[in-house]
Amino acid sequence: MLNETGEGIAPKIKRQSQFVVVTRRLSKNPLAVAGFIVAVFLAIIAIFAPLIAPYPYDKQDLVHSREAPSREHLFGTDELGRDVFSRIIWGSRFSLSIGVLAVLVGTSIGMLIGALAGYFGNVVDDTLMRLIDILQSIPGILLAIAISVVLGPGFFNSVLALSVGCIPMACRLTRAAVLKVRNEEYIEAAISINASTPRIIFRHVLPNSFAPVLVSATMMIGGIIMAAAMLSFIGLGVQPPIPEWGSMIAGGRSLIRSSPWMVTFPGIFIMLSVLAFNMFGDGLRDALDPKLKE
Amino acid sequence: MGRYIVSRLLQMIPVVVGVTILVFTIMYFIPGDPVRLMLGAEATPAEIAAAREELGFNDPYLVRLGDFLGGIFLHFDFGDSWVYNTPVTTELLNRLPRTLAIALICIGMQIFIGIPLGVLAAVKQNSWVDRSAMFSALFGISMPNFWIGLMLVLFFSVRLGWLPPFGIGGPKYYILPCLALGLVGIATQARQTRSSMLEVIRSDYITTARAKGMSESRVIFRHALPNALLPVITVIGNGMGMLLAGSVVIESVFAIPGVGMYLVGGINSRDYAIVQSSVIFLAISFALIMLLVDLMYAFIDPRIKARFAGKKRRKKYA
Repeated sequence: MLNETGEGIAPKIKRQSQFVVVTRRLSKNPLAVAGFIVAVFLAIIAIFAPLIAPYPYDKQDLVHSREAPSREHLFGTDELGRDVFSRIIWGSRFSLSIGVLAVLVGTSIGMLIGALAGYFGNVVDDTLMRLIDILQSIPGILLAIAISVVLGPGFFNSVLALSVGCIPMACRLTRAAVLKVRNEEYIEAAISINASTPRIIFRHVLPNSFAPVLVSATMMIGGIIMAAAMLSFIGLGVQPPIPEWGSMIAGGRSLIRSSPWMVTFPGIFIMLSVLAFNMFGDGLRDALDPKLKE
Repeated sequence: MGRYIVSRLLQMIPVVVGVTILVFTIMYFIPGDPVRLMLGAEATPAEIAAAREELGFNDPYLVRLGDFLGGIFLHFDFGDSWVYNTPVTTELLNRLPRTLAIALICIGMQIFIGIPLGVLAAVKQNSWVDRSAMFSALFGISMPNFWIGLMLVLFFSVRLGWLPPFGIGGPKYYILPCLALGLVGIATQARQTRSSMLEVIRSDYITTARAKGMSESRVIFRHALPNALLPVITVIGNGMGMLLAGSVVIESVFAIPGVGMYLVGGINSRDYAIVQSSVIFLAISFALIMLLVDLMYAFIDPRIKARFAGKKRRKKYA
């Protein structure tokens, strides 16, 4: 009895959480839903690569090298007779995880710097933001090139090199959000009950300044996937025989006249994954900022 | 206004020097020995040691940094290539026109195709024009430029045989690289213009203009567009950065001997002096372009003066 009456009244009074509102708006946006589905689909492909790929990514078959797409080899074979379809499936592991990891790392560092700058203000703010200014005035891909030249090729080195480009944006957004949040009453309350500074920043300030960073991070994943492909295309980043999409395109480049499928299909998958994250990111932005849509 | 320009110029100096220090410091940690690379495999250890001393590779970090900064900012000298022993600066300057030409053509396409597309999409919001323009723009920003380049080569050079697939020779040679590099810019510009137009169209003075009975085209072109263009200029500046960075890949796809291809060549021959200098060179060029954009703002946007006057006061209270 009590429960019934309680439930009857409570939901109307209680404000809906932002998460519910945003999810509902997102689900009404067909592009965002499509992007989400494609991204999940690609993630499933990446996770279950060994089960989906018909051949191992490094299995050579020189008798059947550079064969056009057929029923046995859906996307054809490359110059060593390796199945392009299988390599793309395996490649999704590297390309997607580089994108997501680099954004995760870069955004976390950026948020931390931004939170420090915004929370402490004054000298800390000025110093950190000048550093970010400098970082931002180098186009991200150039910075990534310089760093990966130093670190050398490899998966985690690419993640590191690409993550640096994500720092400035996350930092600026967090700083702005923190400046807004800093003077709220609940921060004052936290200070008055003697909460430690790290606790205030991590428990109270950051969670409340997360939304804009989330949007920009989602939109960044696509760009980073593309930058990763670019990096391995020019011979940095993840190297053969690992089937990264960018290095697959680089490998097929000189054979484009006779075997265009070696270049076409990896590119289509880069496009699909970037597109998916961009569409979802667009939708997320609109959902969090509804005044743009109405 | 004069004060704004001067202060902007002064602000720029630490950023440019900072960029140089940052890139120098990153590249300082490169593994391997440049001297071994310069002298070749036959060099004896004694020769290598002597050359190291002579070229200053044994100097401490700060001395080398000072030399490098002094070289760039006092003598406009970016150092020598490790492999060819030639000055990098001449090579960069010789190659710059080609890179710039491509970048400027792309900027032109971005302005003259991207902005009208964005305005059209915003004015006809939610119509099929808007939807198809924005949908293709979404594809445009999602394709890697080097892949677009290769697809264009595949279609226009290999299949149709209309355009040369790579190299330089005449205007014809620039069509494909500019298309490949410019598409992303057009798409970005169209998206940005649309959203900034939509924001302006919602504002009160547009409603007022319409309420006065002004014709719709006058409302759009006299009231909405000039205001919507302000954020658009920033996109152009950023686009220039994207183009300079994109030239690295596109030039190597189309074998155009510009700054970008020089950089990639440096990576491949492990001539990291070239990589370091080219990155710094491109970053400084980008900083200069952003400075130009900011100065343009000062001339176009009357609010900038007010904003500048307010800046100092705001800092005091922050």
